[in-house]
Amino acid sequence: MSELDVQAVVTRGVHRLDAVLAAASGQTLAIMGPSGAGKSTLLEAIAGLIRLNDGHVRVGGRELSSKRRQLPPQRRGVVLLRQDPHLFPHLTARENIAFGLRAHGTAKPQALTSADEWLWRVGLPGTGDQRPRQLSGGQQQRVALARALATEPEVLLLDEPLTALDPETASGVRAMLAEQLPAVRTTTMLVTHDAVDAAALADGLALLEGGRITQSGPVREVLAAPATAFGAAVAGVNRIVGTVTNGVWTAGELRLPASRSAATAAGEVAALFPPSAVTLETLTERTWTGALRVAGQAPSSAGEWIARIDRLVQTPLGVRVHVADPALAVDVPVDLVAELGLLTGVPVRLRVPLDTVRFIPLGR
Amino acid sequence: MSPVTRTERGHVPQILLVPAVLGLALLIVPLTALVGRVEWSTLWADITSPAALSALALSVETALVATALCVILGVPLALLIARAPARTAAVLRAAVTVPLVLPPMVGGVALLFLFGRTGWLGPILGEFGIRIPFTTTAVVLAQTFVALPFLVLALEGTLRTTGVGYEQAAAALGAGRWRILLRVTLPLAAPGLVAGVVLCFARAVGEFGATALFAGNAPGVTQTMPLAIYTAFNGAGVSQGTAVALSLLLLVTAIGVLLLVRAWRPDGRQVSVVR
Repeated sequence: MSELDVQAVVTRGVHRLDAVLAAASGQTLAIMGPSGAGKSTLLEAIAGLIRLNDGHVRVGGRELSSKRRQLPPQRRGVVLLRQDPHLFPHLTARENIAFGLRAHGTAKPQALTSADEWLWRVGLPGTGDQRPRQLSGGQQQRVALARALATEPEVLLLDEPLTALDPETASGVRAMLAEQLPAVRTTTMLVTHDAVDAAALADGLALLEGGRITQSGPVREVLAAPATAFGAAVAGVNRIVGTVTNGVWTAGELRLPASRSAATAAGEVAALFPPSAVTLETLTERTWTGALRVAGQAPSSAGEWIARIDRLVQTPLGVRVHVADPALAVDVPVDLVAELGLLTGVPVRLRVPLDTVRFIPLGR
Repeated sequence: MSPVTRTERGHVPQILLVPAVLGLALLIVPLTALVGRVEWSTLWADITSPAALSALALSVETALVATALCVILGVPLALLIARAPARTAAVLRAAVTVPLVLPPMVGGVALLFLFGRTGWLGPILGEFGIRIPFTTTAVVLAQTFVALPFLVLALEGTLRTTGVGYEQAAAALGAGRWRILLRVTLPLAAPGLVAGVVLCFARAVGEFGATALFAGNAPGVTQTMPLAIYTAFNGAGVSQGTAVALSLLLLVTAIGVLLLVRAWRPDGRQVSVVR
């Protein structure tokens, strides 16, 4: 059993990492967080490359790091695989994989045979004699993963292994990871900036922001109910914080009838709804003052409001229209943008169906 | 000229070709002049004379020992500097560079003051019956003194550029420190090590100043090739022809070493940072 139990406190200048995490044996935990949140520091602390100022790293009850002592990387049974896989350039792919086995005392012939087997498992049969520079980026990541898994580590740490790869290659490596990670039953921690990785590979998801875990739980639950603005951005939903008075939830120009649980909640309440649920139409008036006059004449129904376009962003699916007050996103097909003549500053009427909105009381 | 070649040549001002050619001439022409002065009729006799052969043998032997000593001391020193914190590394690097920029004569004087009869270590060693100045050991020490910085700086540069990423990867895979050093660090630094060894050996073979002061000029004991050339050239009854012949021999030896190294290319010498 090699469940991972981490409480990592690392202070580096003004940055402070104080993260509490746990992963059950054989499970994959995804870590997501904005740049500079301390994701790489966390992995380096678990790998034993940096010391803890406080806390502990335990694997299967064995203490690898504490405030006072830490096991050297060699004796931790933890392998860290970075974006740059650091394959040894002077060794062939086969020798790279055999390296870890040799270090663990496996005889050379067995190590090389095992390396060939691993090459086959990661989808690279017949490349054993190639040197890293002869391999593509995706192939290098595959060899690096084989090299890491061949030593049967208790814990595998992956630091953005797919970030440097083009989407197609990344998807291939992701599929290979999805196949191999459950097969080897190694407890894995995966740092990624792509919700697809978390959804496809991980059992749990933890959000790390400003050095602290802001939310963690099963991937589905975290993505369905993000607790922070970053989590909402990752999950691709609008998360707007408002207040409830007399059963009406309000944030800026947007007013919605509050759900029963939200209506009785004290303090702030977050409303969640997907950008694709919102419908958008232009007004007869193209100026803001004109729009307000029109809006004043015909009172809007629930879930309907007038907003001003803040900016337009191209997405793979169309155009994401960001509006102000409250700041939120609306997904619009690109042809509709042309048809309606959407531009920054143009007033639009937005409508969000009430059954797509979920309220989460923030309890403050 | 095709446009591709023009692009590959970059955008260096063309007028710089003049000093470049002058510089090249300065390096090559004197050597040609040297070859021009060779008296081919007596060349074989000059080279195979017992004095010349013993000087050559002594030079090669001492330079090889000195190079080995440089490797034994220099590799750990280069590792120490390359893995030290930036400020410590700068101080250490400066300390290593001093003998490099110092006139070798000064090095010879310094060695003499350390190991000489009235020096710090000389009397202590003397009690054990060991006397270093004006022995073959002194030649090796003088050569090591002037050659060591070349090896250390060449290797240290490569070690630092390669970084610790590969070592960290190896450690995480369970490799111990010695395995990491022998299987990862040194193979990756092989280009620097080879360059360092070549420079080191060349510097040791050509060492004159420190050797002359610290080891003297005793034929068969401390008279290496450079000293033999100097002696022959300065007269002492011998014709300058001997000096020229010995110089030619040293030149050929140097070119031979270079060719030997060019022919031997360490495996995986192209250290590329893989993405």
